[in-house]
Amino acid sequence: MTNDEAQQEISRAAAPRRSRFVKHLRGMWILGVLLAMVLIFGILAPGFLSLQNWVSTSVYATETLLLAVGETFVIATGGIDLSVGSSLGLSAITSSMVMAALVAHPGVGIILGSLVGLLTGATVGLFNGIIITKLRITPFITTLGMLGIASGLGFLLSGGTDITNIPAAFSNFGGYVFANFLGMPVLVTAVVAVVSGIFLAKTRFGRRTYAIGSNREAARVAGIPLDRHLIKIYTLTGVLAGVAGLLNVSRFAIGSPTAGQNDELNAIAAVVIGGASLFGGEGTIFGTTIGAIIVSMIVTALVILNVQAYWQIVVTGAIIIIAVYLDQLQRQRAAG
Amino acid sequence: MTESHEAASIELVDVEKRFGAVQVLHGVSFKVYPGEVVGLVGDNGAGKSTTVRIISGALQPDSGEIRVNGKKVRFDSPIVARREGIETVYQDLALAPHLSVKANLFLNREEIRPGLLGRLGFLNERQMDQESVDKLNLLHINIASMDQIIQELSGGQRQAIAVARAASWGSRLVILDEPTAALGVEESRMVLNLIRRVRDSGVPVLLISHTMPHVFDVTDRIIVLRQGRVVAGAVTRECTLEQVIMWITGGQAIHAG
Ligand SMILES: Nc1ncnc2c1ncn2[C@@H]1O[C@H](COP(=O)(O)OP(=O)(O)OP(=O)(O)O)[C@@H](O)[C@H]1O
Ligand SMILES: [Mg+2]
Repeated sequence: MTNDEAQQEISRAAAPRRSRFVKHLRGMWILGVLLAMVLIFGILAPGFLSLQNWVSTSVYATETLLLAVGETFVIATGGIDLSVGSSLGLSAITSSMVMAALVAHPGVGIILGSLVGLLTGATVGLFNGIIITKLRITPFITTLGMLGIASGLGFLLSGGTDITNIPAAFSNFGGYVFANFLGMPVLVTAVVAVVSGIFLAKTRFGRRTYAIGSNREAARVAGIPLDRHLIKIYTLTGVLAGVAGLLNVSRFAIGSPTAGQNDELNAIAAVVIGGASLFGGEGTIFGTTIGAIIVSMIVTALVILNVQAYWQIVVTGAIIIIAVYLDQLQRQRAAG
Repeated sequence: MTESHEAASIELVDVEKRFGAVQVLHGVSFKVYPGEVVGLVGDNGAGKSTTVRIISGALQPDSGEIRVNGKKVRFDSPIVARREGIETVYQDLALAPHLSVKANLFLNREEIRPGLLGRLGFLNERQMDQESVDKLNLLHINIASMDQIIQELSGGQRQAIAVARAASWGSRLVILDEPTAALGVEESRMVLNLIRRVRDSGVPVLLISHTMPHVFDVTDRIIVLRQGRVVAGAVTRECTLEQVIMWITGGQAIHAG
């Protein structure tokens, strides 16, 4: 039958333009960049490959990674969350205030304070989700506004000063290092990242997340409850910011209203370095994890190299622009 | 006419629709019977896509009725229409380009693993893979791997996946809005063959197209919309291209059903 011949011709003519192999290669490429950076920094700065630097870098990276995990879900839907850093800061303040107020009963204080911290993050995320879906304000504007609101509330609640009087048991937790090697925050964050990574890759929740970012209208006509799903994702991101806020208080034994400042920059950089597209439909927790390590490594490397650490903020900002530019180029080439 | 006493798969009765001050559909009525391909034709802006969106539940009519097997129904959302076995391939296909063939065939209808993992929403990729192969084989569609990303497929292959998804879930009616508009000659032929295979499986097809040779090639009946009104309906092999074009452009209105 000529029909079938025609079909075979078609399937031969339309061989995959960009195979999955290339996609996997891209993931490996990022891993290669990471390894190259470790090598170069290791040669330039003798202290870089020390155990001590590993512990401090890995613990430092957890803050970026916790926020970046939530940000990966958000960016996969085609959204963005600029409020994760200030949400972290507000959670740090609310949780530490509760703990400080109940310092006479540290057990109760730690439990209640932790709950309040998580709830703070969840609330910020929930508001983001509701405003984006129900008031139909873009994620960019909504979370930019929320950045201001959460950050301002943190300063108001704390009076602009650090909250001290954190129970020792709580700060011991964040400072604990297993076998001189694995910091407690690293352990907590690793569990969060692995579980989130599996959920994004293997479950219906993850499938819906990608579908919304890939083609929102297709997701809608397929019957995926867009609003409900997006609200869940922004709330989840807020909860993770809450976790990061608690770890921040625990590590530094204070609740600081400036905690989390500029963190959204690091988180977004980690996600785009990890191969996600700001246009949505793409992104993995594995890629984001590599991205978060790269972003964090730059800081500790600059410190060891005696370069002012503020350069990291400049570099991270530039990385975001470059990564997005490369993504756009690749997109245009694929389309043209 | 194929005026049979069998219940129509789907029937529109006096459907009206306005957008603000603009009345787009003025009492549209027609029927589609099991096992036929019906062409819905008309000029740009005649109201074809609006009609399709009403049948598929994406829009609600201001007045008039939709009947399924003679029974009045209300489609408040696409989900309700799909539950009645009505599947639509929209003009823009509604595929998720970053997702795999398999993920698109099962979009929001994913197979879930049994047991505890299933309760957590874990996907049964292996079963979906097998069923995807079956769905595509049934329509003689050749795709190398069910894990191929839609972006990597040709226009014809994408169209085939969208049609296969509609055909595999649609038990009452499959609606195709401009399925060959962006395709070359060979790819169009493949899609027209797909349409015949869907019809041969007993599911009627409502085909919207501006490409008259395709309409004449594959349909059993033609319904003509002009400025939101059904101005003609005829058995395809009983009318000529010139006649249909005249009905579309308004040269002469002939009511034949
Ligand atoms: N959401 C809307 N709001 C306002 N007007 C609309 C809307 N959707 C469609 N229309 C108008 O309704 C009329 C019919 O549109 P429709 O898309 O149904 O036409 P069509 O027959 O599918 O045309 P085409 O062949 O170009 O696809 C057009 O005049 C269009 O501008
Ligand atoms: Mg149309």
